Amino acid sequence: MTVTTDDTVHGAAAGGLAARRVTVAYGRQRVLDRVDLHIAPGETVGLRGLSGSGKSTLARVLALLHAPDSGHVTIDGHPVGGARHRLPAALRTRVAILFQSPRSATDPRLSLADLIAEPLRATGASRDQASARTADLADLVGLTPDLLARRPHAVSDGQLQRACLARALVHRPDYLLCDEATAMLDASTQAHVAAVVTDYQRRSSAGVLLITHDPALMSRWATRVVDLPTP
Amino acid sequence: MTTTVPTDTRRAHALLGVDGLTVRFHLRGAVVHAVTDLSLTLHPGELLAVVGESGCGKSVLAHALLGLLPRNATVTGRAHLHPPDGHPVDLIDAGERHLTRHVRGRAVGLVPQSPATALTPVRSGRRLLEETLRAHGHTRRAAPAAADRIAADVGLDPGDLDRYPHELSGGMAQRLATALALAPDPPLLLADEPTTGLDRPLVDHTLDLLRRRCDTGAAVLLITHDLTAARRVADTVAVMYASRIVEHRPTAALFDAPAHPYTAGLLDALPDRAFTPVPGHPPMLTDLPDGCAFAPRCPRATDACHIPPRLLPDGAGRVACHHRLTPGAPA
Repeated sequence: MTVTTDDTVHGAAAGGLAARRVTVAYGRQRVLDRVDLHIAPGETVGLRGLSGSGKSTLARVLALLHAPDSGHVTIDGHPVGGARHRLPAALRTRVAILFQSPRSATDPRLSLADLIAEPLRATGASRDQASARTADLADLVGLTPDLLARRPHAVSDGQLQRACLARALVHRPDYLLCDEATAMLDASTQAHVAAVVTDYQRRSSAGVLLITHDPALMSRWATRVVDLPTP
Repeated sequence: MTTTVPTDTRRAHALLGVDGLTVRFHLRGAVVHAVTDLSLTLHPGELLAVVGESGCGKSVLAHALLGLLPRNATVTGRAHLHPPDGHPVDLIDAGERHLTRHVRGRAVGLVPQSPATALTPVRSGRRLLEETLRAHGHTRRAAPAAADRIAADVGLDPGDLDRYPHELSGGMAQRLATALALAPDPPLLLADEPTTGLDRPLVDHTLDLLRRRCDTGAAVLLITHDLTAARRVADTVAVMYASRIVEHRPTAALFDAPAHPYTAGLLDALPDRAFTPVPGHPPMLTDLPDGCAFAPRCPRATDACHIPPRLLPDGAGRVACHHRLTPGAPA
């Protein structure tokens, strides 16, 4: 795969997470048509578009959760997720995603502590390493130890989304994709989640994709805004 | 727009008068204080927004009014409904039979919080909507046209009515649930997070639809975590914290000059204001402090806060705080 001219335009040795001419269709319904998007390290790209314009699909493609019908994803210029690419497992940990509804994104059988630690255990961390990191992250996102022992049904949406944020940060991702991640949260929890993400970003130079319908949140949080046309 | 919070003297004309409503859930080894000593009055034409963080008891309030709580709940207090063309009823004491025949759907509509789980999965949207319309007086011949009209009202393409619930997006399911609640044209509508999953144009469309209902004489109790939504359409806003109303006042006054430190903190968290979270965490509803539940997070707390503050008149509203931020005008 050749590096396209667009990468050189963005410079910095083509650093960043990018979608290249990504096309996705569900059945006969084409939701993304040759879409390009670039997220540089350290920036927060706001993605706008009407319902059904493919914002969430694009986020899933960038998170390497959905293989596009054509086009591909690059991380720092290296093609990783495309119609014909097999994905090295190690790359998955470089991109994390936070969904709108934490309840449908979590395994109801796991305690919040296990939810957060699961990605670490899956990549070979010891129980002690995982629990130390879980405790640090819980503190960062504002979950008290008594909440960590609970399962999803026994906590509020706000508390569960905090756990999902901790889980998303567990592998110190280079890119974090927030798909309406605060839409269900009250103003205070939303501001806290945004502060945790922004602080992580400052320390790690992570690139962030922000999908939101809230113009006030968009203008306060995003450093650059991209409009996704309705297909 | 109503500019004063109704007081007892106007209760005779109220559509809904809730007095001392308290809901407890009994779990093994714990009691959840979901709603505590809640009083409010709702008049025809009024849109009241109840706001607060998730888990503060907002939805339980709606379910208590419709007798939809699980068996481990105990409910005390009163909730008098005076439908314009029916007999007054105490929603808390009313039997299941009366609630089913005269109240649910007919006198009090509910837009449920998770429409995807509230829709019957084996029936298309059209069948659900026409069935509801026919149960509420439309003829077999009139129902299809009425269904199309109501679908259009809520911003749902009538063509999408022929889909089954699993074929609908979250936002479409939300609009279908709203259409079902509006179909019987209830004088009181309880709308529990009716804009979840909708994009901004549809949020505004739905909110404006609720506002128009009030402008033609119905009343709406809007339960939401979205302060911007409340500000757009509500006459008055009640802020709930840890099972209690801590402040209730006309919308503009609440947003311009909040009196309760929690309200002020919540407003400061808005992205177009300070975007700073309220410090600390809300208490567990199974383990509330004896005094003011907000005191552990409150910058103004003193020893006085060990005594629970009562919800007292404050200017044009009500506030429960020993250290309110703006002195209320004399009543």
